[in-house]
Amino acid sequence: MSAAIYGLLGAALVGIGLFGLLVRRDALLRILAFNLLGGGVFLVFGAVARRGAGAGLAADPVPQAIILTGIVVAFAATTLAVALVLRLAAAKDRG
Amino acid sequence: MSAGMLPVLAVMLPALGMVVSLPLGARGAERLTLALAPLGLAVAVAIAVVVYGDSAPIRHDLGHWAPPLGLAFRVDGLSAAMMVTAAVVIGATAFFARGQFGTAQGTAETRRAFAFWPLLLAIWGATNLTLAANDLFTFYVALELLTFAAMPMVALDGKRETLEAALRYLMFALLGSVLYLLGVALMYGAAGTLDVVVLASRVGGSYPVLLAAALMTAGLLAKTALLPLHLWLPPAHAGAPAAASAVLSALVVKGSFVILLRLWFGVLPGIPGPMAAQILAGLGAAAILLGSVAALAQERLKLLVAYSTVAQIGYLFLMFPLIASMPGTETAAKAWTGGVVQAVAHAFAKAAMFLAVGLMAARLGHDRIRDIAGAGRALPVPMITFGLAGLTLMGVPPSGGFAAKWLLLAAAIEAGQWWWALVILCGGLLTGGYVYRVVSVGLRTGEAPQPARGAEGQGIALVLAIVSVLLGFLPLGAFGLVQIGRLDLGP
Repeated sequence: MSAAIYGLLGAALVGIGLFGLLVRRDALLRILAFNLLGGGVFLVFGAVARRGAGAGLAADPVPQAIILTGIVVAFAATTLAVALVLRLAAAKDRG
Repeated sequence: MSAGMLPVLAVMLPALGMVVSLPLGARGAERLTLALAPLGLAVAVAIAVVVYGDSAPIRHDLGHWAPPLGLAFRVDGLSAAMMVTAAVVIGATAFFARGQFGTAQGTAETRRAFAFWPLLLAIWGATNLTLAANDLFTFYVALELLTFAAMPMVALDGKRETLEAALRYLMFALLGSVLYLLGVALMYGAAGTLDVVVLASRVGGSYPVLLAAALMTAGLLAKTALLPLHLWLPPAHAGAPAAASAVLSALVVKGSFVILLRLWFGVLPGIPGPMAAQILAGLGAAAILLGSVAALAQERLKLLVAYSTVAQIGYLFLMFPLIASMPGTETAAKAWTGGVVQAVAHAFAKAAMFLAVGLMAARLGHDRIRDIAGAGRALPVPMITFGLAGLTLMGVPPSGGFAAKWLLLAAAIEAGQWWWALVILCGGLLTGGYVYRVVSVGLRTGEAPQPARGAEGQGIALVLAIVSVLLGFLPLGAFGLVQIGRLDLGP
């Protein structure tokens, strides 16, 4: 039951993030939206793990490992994007 | 050493090189990259020889853990052909880039040079990982590595326009990869594995699988820059330095395309249905026509070449309905070979074209097509390079592009889908139009009558263009390589 709630919450986050990423023009807001979207995907993945659909187990550890890797990748992407936005702001200040 | 280690070597060599080059500084990184280039080419050729000799894909279970628990590498003919292409293009670009990013004896190291060499190695390693991997999650990691290495390449100049282009590219790429990851989650929930070969036997046409396939396809299209998700490509590829543009246009967009092939014909053979494949090819056809028209309308040389990439990517997608509608037939084999040869021929031709255009822009000080009159006299070799690469893009015999487009054309007619044949012919004419536009202005006598002086690296660009033409001379048997281990014919 709780897995379903987490899955639905994840889906809601995905929706909000997707909307923000597509509609917002401001770079920082889009980066935040990307993080919401990523968080939603990880929640959905977690719900999948809880249901253990694949292995037929009570809970499946493989998605946990994938989520951890995904969080690291999303963090790296966020830092890259923020660094780029900062450089862009500096370039705009100069002229 | 068993042949199974070869793909591991192909991935690890550039990846280790990148890590080691960071403390070495710009000069050391340059030397290391130039030393690794022939080594990596040797590994790629060895892989191709083994795959061709055995007529079977190379498989290697990492750490001897077999799927579904472990991760496997699987290198089939498609991967082998693309790995050789990647090694040649990266190697040629590296030697070419010594002119712009080399650190000569006695000069100070620059920040750009220090960034360029490790990034080049990173792109190479990520490309090889995309080609060797055999599970959906490793594909995701490879895609992200490719993006993270390619994005800074766009912004190497540090100018405001290129920073904006890089940010836009990153946003498209991140949206694409997160959609892809959501698809992976749903796919795992439905089947409990991510190994491509194991998945193929477990998934059916259920709704979660179809939704996952749609999400993953959308994500990969954004990364491959298929129209209408191509908006990031022209400013990014036109704004990057010539050597970087060559690699971005030749290899980086092909990585996500190969994953799309694995998804459609490996994981889900026949499941998305003929209608979905028609839509995909329809987008490809729109890319060919609109991309070529946009290229015709460009004022700037580099943007023209970038829009030409948008158009040429469209050809890659014509193979989908031809294979989907006639699975397992000779026609499907033709379409498959045509699509893969197009990817390879375009890689060589576009790398050559970007390098040639870079040389012209550097010598003339601008890249306005209107004002390049006289370039043919001042820069004869880059002009010939541009023309030869143009022949491949047009599909004029005997070039590699001709072989690819002829195979696709024949397959389209055999499959009774004549409309794709029309698109291929129109695309060829439009391509001829924009190549002619550049060459005709360039060969006019004009204000650039500097004495003909060899530009550094012009020979390398010319060799790439000649390779793209010579591909058409390969005996048909050699194209058999890309048929080996085709996933839609069973593991």
